[in-house]
This record gives sequence, C-alpha cells and structure tokens, in this order.
Amino acid sequence: MGEAIILFSDISKHFGQVIAVANTNFEIYRGEFFSLLGPSGCGKTTLLRMVAGFEAPTTGEIFIDGQPMSATPPNHRPVNIVFQNYAIFPHLDVRGNIAFGMRKSGLSRAELDQRIDEVLELIKLPGYGSRGADELSGGQRQRVALARALIKQPKVLLLDEPLGALDKKLREQMQIELRQLQQQLGITFLFVTHDQEEALTLSDRIAVMSDGHVMEIASPAELYESPGSRFVADFIGSMNFFEGEVSCRETSTVRVTTRVLGEIEVPLTTASPTTGERVWVAIRPEKLQPVFSEPQSRTNTVVGQMGPSAYLGDRSHFYVHLTQREEPVLVALQNLERSLDHLRRPNQPVWLQWADDAVVLLPRD
Amino acid sequence: MDQLTRSDMNSTDRTAAPSTNVGFALRRLFRTSEALRGYILLSPTLLTMIIGLAMPLLVLFTLSFWIQEYLDFIRTFSLKNYFDFFHKPIYGKILFKSIRISGLVTLATVLLAYPMAYFIAFRIQRNKLVWLILITVPFWTSYLLRVFAWKIMLGYNGVINSGLKSLGFITEPLAFLLYNPTAVVITLAHAWAAFAILPIYVSLEKIDRSLLEAARDLGENAFMSFVRVTLPLSMPGVIAASLLVFIPTVGDYVTPSLVGGPSGIMIGNIIQSMFGKALNWPLGAAISVMSMLTVTAMICLFLWGTHSFRRRIA
Amino acid sequence: MKTGRTWWRPDGFLVYAVAYLVFIYLPVLFLPLFSFNNSKYIAFPLKGFTLKWYQQMLNSPSMLEALMNSIKVGLIVALLSTILGLMAAKAVTRYRLPGRGPVISFIMVPLVIPEIILAISLLILISQADIPLSLWTVGFSHLLLCTPFAMLVLVSRMEGFDRSLEEAALDLGENSWMTFWRVTFPIVLPGIVASMLLTFTISFDEFVLAFFLTSTDATLPIYIWSSLRFPTKIPAVLALGASIFVISFFVVSFAEWLRRRGVKMEATSRI
Repeated sequence: MGEAIILFSDISKHFGQVIAVANTNFEIYRGEFFSLLGPSGCGKTTLLRMVAGFEAPTTGEIFIDGQPMSATPPNHRPVNIVFQNYAIFPHLDVRGNIAFGMRKSGLSRAELDQRIDEVLELIKLPGYGSRGADELSGGQRQRVALARALIKQPKVLLLDEPLGALDKKLREQMQIELRQLQQQLGITFLFVTHDQEEALTLSDRIAVMSDGHVMEIASPAELYESPGSRFVADFIGSMNFFEGEVSCRETSTVRVTTRVLGEIEVPLTTASPTTGERVWVAIRPEKLQPVFSEPQSRTNTVVGQMGPSAYLGDRSHFYVHLTQREEPVLVALQNLERSLDHLRRPNQPVWLQWADDAVVLLPRD
Repeated sequence: MDQLTRSDMNSTDRTAAPSTNVGFALRRLFRTSEALRGYILLSPTLLTMIIGLAMPLLVLFTLSFWIQEYLDFIRTFSLKNYFDFFHKPIYGKILFKSIRISGLVTLATVLLAYPMAYFIAFRIQRNKLVWLILITVPFWTSYLLRVFAWKIMLGYNGVINSGLKSLGFITEPLAFLLYNPTAVVITLAHAWAAFAILPIYVSLEKIDRSLLEAARDLGENAFMSFVRVTLPLSMPGVIAASLLVFIPTVGDYVTPSLVGGPSGIMIGNIIQSMFGKALNWPLGAAISVMSMLTVTAMICLFLWGTHSFRRRIA
Repeated sequence: MKTGRTWWRPDGFLVYAVAYLVFIYLPVLFLPLFSFNNSKYIAFPLKGFTLKWYQQMLNSPSMLEALMNSIKVGLIVALLSTILGLMAAKAVTRYRLPGRGPVISFIMVPLVIPEIILAISLLILISQADIPLSLWTVGFSHLLLCTPFAMLVLVSRMEGFDRSLEEAALDLGENSWMTFWRVTFPIVLPGIVASMLLTFTISFDEFVLAFFLTSTDATLPIYIWSSLRFPTKIPAVLALGASIFVISFFVVSFAEWLRRRGVKMEATSRI
C-alpha cells in the first residue's frame, strides 16, 4: 500500500454542455481492490473508460505507473477491461477469445495453449476452450471476459459493473471468487458498481461519486461507520438524520442541542465541529435499540409510536413516529426470536435508545 | 484512413521511443479529438459527394440563369429561362401532370403494398425471408425489360387483348390500353412495388407485439388497435415508401417514353429533350430547378400532412 | 383474445398475397416466354419453341461488349461504394461528430433527387470541365448513387453490433487497423456482402445516368434501350434478360450457401 499505480490529476470530462466528471484528483494504490461507487450517471464509468483510453479527458492527465497516458491509445496501455456486457467476440470460440490479445506475445503455439489452459483452470472453466461464444451462460461469459483480460497480465484490471447482469446467488458467488482471484494474483482491481453492498463486500477502498464529483474516498468500514458527508451517509446504507447545533465542546465530548432528541452528548473525535456550528445528527437504523416498556434510564432515549413494519427474513425494519417530527425514524432489528408480535402493535409507545458512539455528526450548511 | 494513420503512428512510436514534445502534442490532439478522427475517416466519402453532388447542383443552378446561343452559352445573369417556364403553360402543365401521375403511382403502390407487408410481418411465422425473396425476385429483371413487359401485357397483340379475344369478349383488339397516362401509372406501380413493401415491412416488423396486446387489454377491438397502434407506428415505413417511390418516378422518362405515348409525356421527357434534340441546356436546367423546388414543396406538404394525420388517429 | 386471431381472417390475407404475387410476377414471366418463341414479333399467338434467340445473343458482339462494360463498371462501383460506405458508416456510428445529422443528410441526397436531375447536373459539370464522357464518368455517377445505399446497409450493420467488441480488441492490445481486420470486418462481413450485391445490382441496372454520361461505350441497359427501338433485336435481348435472371439466381443462392457455411465455420474456428 501507499505506492500509486493510477494517479488522476485534475481530470475532468465534458460531453458538450454536460459535465460527466468534474475536476478530480486521487490515487489508486498498487495491489488494492478499489471501487468507484455511485448512482447511474455519476461519472464512474466515464472515469473508468478514461483509464482504459476509450474517452479522452477534457482536462488533466491520468498517470499509470508514473507514465502520462493522454497520448497513449488503448492498445498501448498496461490495463485491461472486463466490460459490463462482457464483449465476448461472437465469431470466436472461448480459446480464440482468450488468445485474442496474445498475438504479439511471442509465445509458441504450445506455450500459448498451455497458458490458456492455466487461465481456464484459474477461472474454473477447464475444458471449455472449444465452446462457441453463443454456447456460454452469463456467468461463463463473465469468466471468459475475465480470463481474456487476465492472460495479458495487466497492471490494473478494470471491471465495469461485471456482476450486474447475473442473478443474486451467482453474483454473491462471483464476488467471493473475484476477491480471491485478486488476492491470489496481487493485481490492482478498479471496479465500477452502483451496488453499495457489492462495493462494501469487495473493496479495500471505495470512492463514492455523485454528479461527476468524488464525494469521499475511504475503506468500507470508515464509509459506513463514520461517513464524511450527509450524501455519503445517505447513499451507503440507511441513515436517520436530525437537525442539531453544537452547544459546547468539552474535553472528551461535544454537546449537541436538537429539537427532536433533546440535548445529546457525542464523543469528541478529530473531525468534531466547533461550538455554534449547525450539524446533522445521524444514527444508523440498526444502532437504535427499541425498548417496548418504559426504560429506567432516560439518557440517549426518545419515545415514539410504532408505525408500519417490514419483515426481511434475517431482520425487520419498522418506522417509529416521533411527536416533534413529521418524518418517521427507521429502525432495524435482528430477528433473534421467531415471534414478531412485538412489531405488530401499531400506535403503541416505543422507546429508542442508542450508545454514545453510535451518533455521527455531519456538517449542515 | 483512421486506421492507417493510427498504425503508422504506432510504428513510429516503436522505433523512436523518446518522442518529442511536438509529436506528443500531435498524438494527444489526435487521441483527444474524436471529431478529428471521425472527419478524417469521413473525408473520402464527403469529398466524393462534394465533387459529384454539391458542385454539379451548383453548376446546374448557375446554368439556369444563362442563355443558350447556338452551341454556346451567354454567360451573363438572366431570368429569361424562368420567364419562358412561366410564360409557356406547357412546362407547368406537364410538371403538374408528372406530379399527379407520380402521386397516383405512390398511392397505388403503397396501398397495394401495405396489406402484403402486413401479411408477411404478422401472419407469416416462419420463412419470412422466403416471402421477402419471393417478392424481390421479379425485380432482378432489368428495369427497362420490366417496363417493356407491360408493352407485352397491354399491347395491340398483347396478353390482355389476346386473352379477351380468345375468350370471345372482343373481336378487335382494344387500342386504348397502351400509350396513355393510365398505362404509365400501372407500369410504374408494378416497377416500384418492392421499394414500397420493404420499408413498410421493416417498420411493421419492429412493432413490439405486446403493444398490440396492451391495446386489446385496454379495451380496443382488433380493428381499432390496428388503427390506433399499428398504423401510426408503421407510418415511418409508409412515409419512407412513399418518398422512395414518389421522388424517382417524378423524373422518370423511360416509362413514359415506352408506354406513355404523346398524352403520357412527363417532365423527365421534357428535360431530356432540352439536353438532346431541343438543345437548350439552360432552359433544361431552369426546368430542373423548378421541378426540384416543386417536388420539395410537395414532399414538405406530404410530410406535414402525414404528421397531422398521425397525430389525429393516435 | 381467445383464438389469438384479429379482425382480418388469415385466408383473406393469403388470397390477397397470392393475387399480389401474380401481379408482380405475371408481366415479368412473359419475357422469358417470348425468348423461346419462334417469331421476331413480340405478340400473340405464339409461333412455337426455338433456341435461336439464345444463339443470336451469343453471336452478338455488341451485346456481349455492353454486358462486359456493365459488369466492369458494376464491380468497380460495388467495391468503391462499399469502401466509402463502410468508412462513412464507421465514422458516423463510432465517433461523436459535430454536425453528424447534416452530414448524413448530405450523403443521402442522391436518394432523394430524381435521377435525371443528377444526370444532367453531372453532364453540365463534366462538359464544363472538358472531361470526355466515358465509362469512367458513368462509373463515377453510379458511385454517387450507390454510396448512400452502401452506407445505409452498413450503418445498420454497424449499429447492430456492440461497440464494446471493438473496444475490447483495442484494450487487448490491437491497433485500430488490426481491430478492424480481426473484429469489425468478420462481424460486418454479411453487411459488406449485402452492400456489394445491392450496389452491383443498382449499377448493373442503371439506365438514366449511363444514358447521359457515356459516349460510345454502351452499358447493358443502354444496349437494351437502343434495341427496344428495333423490333428484330428484341427477342435476343429477352434471351439475355432470361439468362441474366437465371445466373443471378444461382449467384445469390451460392452467396447464401457460402454465408451459412461461413457462419458454421466461424463458430468452430480459432483465431
């Protein structure tokens, strides 16, 4: 870690009037699994295609392994891509597809055949070499696309939503395999996805993008547990937000006044705001502990009424209406018991409690 | 072109690895500008079209303001040809007759072709290609011979007269079958049939079948779902077919020459004669310009008409 | 929707379809009929079977020369217009071009002006530029007419296949030229064949442009046109027409057979 393999320097991309990527600067380290995460149209695919060389940046320079890339066509870049639709050549069989990029490798026919067999082994499709492109399932096509890129031994493997077209079970299996493959080969993966769960599962670091801007770059746990902005907190997982204002800073805590939750105490961190600053008090749904009879302690507690609930198998979601607030609060509860009677009590009072460190303070303009 | 230049660059890249700043900048420009690469690739086609299309039309337009004098032109600006065009009613009359004939041909061709295209698109489940080939096969015969075939059909001792005679309906052959505008319309409608079927078929084939099911589901009967869904969605094909038939037939002069007789003369014959035995190129050019203007106006009118028709029925 | 049928009964449609086929086939079928008729007049009643018109056809050097001229012009035009069409199709489908719409419309103009006007404008330009009329000027005019058709066929083929296939080839280290040969060309090949067949047919059958733009070298349609004025020559022309029809039938069948075989071979081939 620490050594940059890709460096985006003042990169932006405009399509006519539309700004697909706004002035962007960041690095991707050698050997990491890096994800670009964002809703569709946020510019993540454009960024990936600029690395591959299919789009030229409007401004700035992309460095791969220290080399500027703006004058280098895609075929001379030390990166390879797995396309969203896999782009398997329909006129070639599996072996032909995998061997496609090896024309100038200088390998003999026998060596090449051996390499192909190795790669087929790696992607768990041994013996599939003579299958036609139209005889492959979605998952198999994805593996062939992967093999075709990996045999080139790229410095960075680019993946453009490669799991989007697969069904859920297969997708989860491929996630595990991708992660194993990456650790086994030690190649840097640059992965584009709109699926936050996928990004959290796979990545060493994630760049969250929105409207052409990189909002935040951090590890999955950091992004989830201490997001840096309301957008990121909202985009990754679910979050309850309450308006608040910092009333005072003490040695180890910050006191925040809120209309709905009253005055609360939050542990002081390096990023804590100053006195008088307007903040969002953010709490994840699963960090709110529901209590169905009146609790003894009233610290970090708010009372409300049960609203609609949804059963999700391993957990349940339900809404709680607070008196001072129109928008209900979302609470997630592990279904530890088989009986869910406690959730089916509309309009009954419920007390929500949370730990001090469950609260995240985010800047509010 | 693009590929050639690109591969050249790659090879120089390989031999002279430490590239100069100018080279880097040029390659960067070339990589950055899609428009540049696109237009380089497009340039041979565009150049051919400029030389062979834009320039000749410009010259035609210029010539229409000159005057023929024996074998030469008086190359000063003059509106004489256009005065001639408007003063001698014969030109305008023939131009409008041509448009009427072509309009009839277009109408007949499209009306005859639509059910056939519908049949192939919706009723034939397998072997659609066989039906399409079956329709195009007659058109592998030379255009001139296809037109000539109608002389055999309609002629004095032709198919129809012989048939009627042998059946005893007539004793003497009918002379009025050939050499009139009707013969021109029939011949042209036959000659251009395939050009109407294919675009209509394509637009019908593209219609998502679930749209028709949706129309039925929403309570329309089969006829009304045809009128409100199929017909408007196939209008692009109908429009393409109409233009594909109308435009070439307006200027046709083979068919009127062969089966039209004196009453079936069209504007193409007039233009041809101006460049042939009448030897008045500038007047021919002026008539051509006027024909193009009129045809363009008719097309605009037609497009406007179909557009509002489409809006009304849907 | 119990039966799945709609308001028109299928049998009614079938009757119409058959009647329509009779309408487009009937007149054309009389042409070969009279090429076997033992009379120099194209009129009923028929006078008995003969092959002499086919013999006369083979012994007519001017007709065969016109045929050869048409084939020569057709082949060159088919090749050039398909190349121009392919380049233009790639440019408009693969690059974001400013002014794409107007450029495409401009290239399509020959489809929407009457041929006779195209013919006389070219005639004026060529005569003003003092270029002698020849088969080359005919070929050039056919190139103008055929390129839009070629481009239409190839644009739909290019749009029909996924752009990321070409990007994948570039990404795997091929330059644009090799990408074209190893990916674009094999996939677009059916479109190229279709374009060549279509443009050859158009050029081979084109009369008006050739009529205005050639001097003494006749193409086949010009020969046919002049023969139609001399009744004695017509039966041999009909014989030629029938022969061309049969030959083109076999050529197209052969091309289709090749295509199907090619598809099978592609499926099993390696690089």
